[in-house]
Amino acid sequence: MDNCAVAQKMSPKDYKSDVKPIWCAGCGDFSVLSAITKALAALSLPPEQVAVVSGIGCSSRIPAYTSVYGFHGVHGRALPIATGLKIARPDLTVLVTGGDGDGFSIGGNHFLHACRRNVDMTYVVMDNQVYGMTKGQASPTTAPDWEGSKLTPEGAGINPFHPLVVALAAGANFIARCSSSDPNNVAQIIAEGIRHPGFSLIQVLSPCVTFRPEQKDWKRMVRTAVVDATDDPARAARRLMTDDGFNVGKVLYKGSREPFRPGAEACFQVDDLEAGFAVGQ
Amino acid sequence: MAGQTVSLVIAGSGGAGVVTAGSLLLEAAARAGWHAYMTRSSGPQIRGGEAAAMIRLGVEPVASHDDTYHVLAAIDWENIDRFAAEIPLGPDSVILGDPEAGATPARIAAKGAREAAIPLQALAKEIPAGRPNMVALGAIAAMIGLPEACMAQVLREQLKRKGEEAIEASLAAFRIGMQAADGLPPVPRLEPREVPLRERWSITGNEAAGMGALRGGVRFVAAYPITPATEVLEWLAPMLPKVGGVLVQAEDELASINQIIGASYGGIPSLTATSGPGLALMTESIGLAVAAEVPIVIVNVMRGGPSTGIPTKSEQADLNIAIYGLHGDAPHLVLAPTSVEDCLFTTQWAVYLAETLQTAAIVLSDQAMGQARAVIQRSAAISFIGQRERPVSLEAGQQYQRYAITASGVSPMAVPGMAGYAYTADGLTHAESGMPSSQAAHHAEQLDKRLRKLTGFDYGEHWAEISGDADADTAIVTWGSCSGPVREALRRWQDAGGKARTVAMRLLSPVQPEQLARALAGVRRVLIVEQTHSGQFHRYLRAQYDLPGEVRALHHPGPLPVRPGEVFEQLANWS
Repeated sequence: MDNCAVAQKMSPKDYKSDVKPIWCAGCGDFSVLSAITKALAALSLPPEQVAVVSGIGCSSRIPAYTSVYGFHGVHGRALPIATGLKIARPDLTVLVTGGDGDGFSIGGNHFLHACRRNVDMTYVVMDNQVYGMTKGQASPTTAPDWEGSKLTPEGAGINPFHPLVVALAAGANFIARCSSSDPNNVAQIIAEGIRHPGFSLIQVLSPCVTFRPEQKDWKRMVRTAVVDATDDPARAARRLMTDDGFNVGKVLYKGSREPFRPGAEACFQVDDLEAGFAVGQ
Repeated sequence: MAGQTVSLVIAGSGGAGVVTAGSLLLEAAARAGWHAYMTRSSGPQIRGGEAAAMIRLGVEPVASHDDTYHVLAAIDWENIDRFAAEIPLGPDSVILGDPEAGATPARIAAKGAREAAIPLQALAKEIPAGRPNMVALGAIAAMIGLPEACMAQVLREQLKRKGEEAIEASLAAFRIGMQAADGLPPVPRLEPREVPLRERWSITGNEAAGMGALRGGVRFVAAYPITPATEVLEWLAPMLPKVGGVLVQAEDELASINQIIGASYGGIPSLTATSGPGLALMTESIGLAVAAEVPIVIVNVMRGGPSTGIPTKSEQADLNIAIYGLHGDAPHLVLAPTSVEDCLFTTQWAVYLAETLQTAAIVLSDQAMGQARAVIQRSAAISFIGQRERPVSLEAGQQYQRYAITASGVSPMAVPGMAGYAYTADGLTHAESGMPSSQAAHHAEQLDKRLRKLTGFDYGEHWAEISGDADADTAIVTWGSCSGPVREALRRWQDAGGKARTVAMRLLSPVQPEQLARALAGVRRVLIVEQTHSGQFHRYLRAQYDLPGEVRALHHPGPLPVRPGEVFEQLANWS
């Protein structure tokens, strides 16, 4: 009987704040918020040892809706904030939340380098193929012929970006796709991503019922991916390149690359370094 | 103060060993007990290419270049026109040229200096593996009174790994140069002094800034390379792990500024270094640090701008962006070191202030300090390490208010790991709890507190360096690397029987109106000196301060430094 484990048993509500989300009724992000709190509870993480970092956008509002430490920064820069935090404070569990615009457009360069750098953190991207907070513009994952935006009334006209393939090519260590229609599965995958060392990317199809009402059908379109876990990037690449984006519920790639953990124990006093300036040294 | 000094330029093509010669001369001068200041100028080539080492040596501290150089030693004349404007010579100057390298180019000859031939190549060939740059060094040493023993000691140390033969070849070439100097026109000679070596540091402004960061407690640095700031980061890279810190190379400046915000949010004092283009990219996130009240320090080593400008040469034109570049009302700290040596103190002070006041501090260094190497008196360890105020206790049922309204404006800051104090740091306008808010009252009270914590703080005497005569009716107000030439002009003015006062401002923002009013008490003439095209500092002072009496401005853009003589002339011609 492990008394400590019993004493630390946590419930999802221990990770929820009492702030009411700004989201529209029916938004997929409610499920993802709930999945995050479930995952943290399942791992029994002390709330003060967890930080949720975000940029700007609907889904980037999540930190304030949790009871853990949070950082709601500027548009597109959640990953660098989280990178600095995790490297400076490796004892913390760091989650990053955001949307497809924040992560893949304005934050695209950081996305590439976060995959490459492989710092031990978990990035949950709520992908709804639209900019919701600015009232409905095409994002990097929007189909080229989507005519729902006043900004690009004839469609964006450019091909969507495939975040999971890019992540694989850039070196992400854990790649999964889920659907907000199955929050328990999302919770399970997030918990797995947190446990897996290195940079974990979890794309969650999370409908925008206001600007992309047709996405309400996603819950009927998604299917559980019929795939085995693989640590072979070539196999994962084929898998990701050939699917239609609706294979969900599974980890699509899980690598074993060592996370980036710079840092060392102090072995000098600062004043010892002065000797290097002395003439003749 | 400069006292007796001698100024030298060594110039030549890539591979001529100009920079090596300059560095050796600096080291040897340090062993002669002298102070030194050296800058380098080079062509646009990534590696090699023509270069000039500009050096000033003195028995007292040397903070800047003189009006003219006493000696221009040209190993050869390749592309010398590129530097011609940066090498002022006068009738008292001596041009040392090798006849084998051809005639002195017209632009140099036109300066009216005395010319002296010395066959550097031919003399070097007399020594197996002898090099012309060592011959030139020997001639310079003989002219200025640098003892052979000082150079011998430096060569033995620096060439140890190359073996005895290399040391002897260099020394022999040096000696031949010394002998060849017989009969050359005289230039000022300095007296060697006995100074314990450990009391002398050879340091660049960028290294000094790095050391100041470590002394201030910085243990996380994010880095994106940019000229002329890269050496701050490269010096810190191997040093940080020794003291338990870490440096991360970021993918761009947007990442580096946000990484340090993240690390600092985690409780670790954090810094980055950049130059104008990088600072421009960072400004949005500096505003985030201001709004979310996360302490950070940005060392901005200025270069010629705008856009890519002149990356390798100095200018002070990032003043406006540093002070006014953030969107919204975003009070923050802007500080400027006043010399190579002061890069250490000012950076350390910036870390202290940022940590204490939970805000962003921009340190405006510049290329003329950052990449200059100086031999200075060892910098005494000053102990102030910033202390963030932490929350200590909460009453039962009370929620932690991260952005609590306090008298000082500083709110106790929790860091992750503290149970019961979790909060969300936010760039959105927020209430005291950190909860986003768009209410007018919350906006006003948070803007007030962020300003109050800066304006209400006692910065003590460090806000400026003030020297000169208490009863003077003339004052010179300046900042950054112009401080050296201004202080030197003051000394010349005093030597000529005049009286003046100089104010070199170290704290540029927030403004210190009472302090400056006190510093300018009794003054009826104010000269403002800076290295910008548009007079940014002049306009800033005019906008923010009441300046007494008649105000004049001396300003010109980089890369030419403001020289002491220009400042002196302004005083002399002010009737």
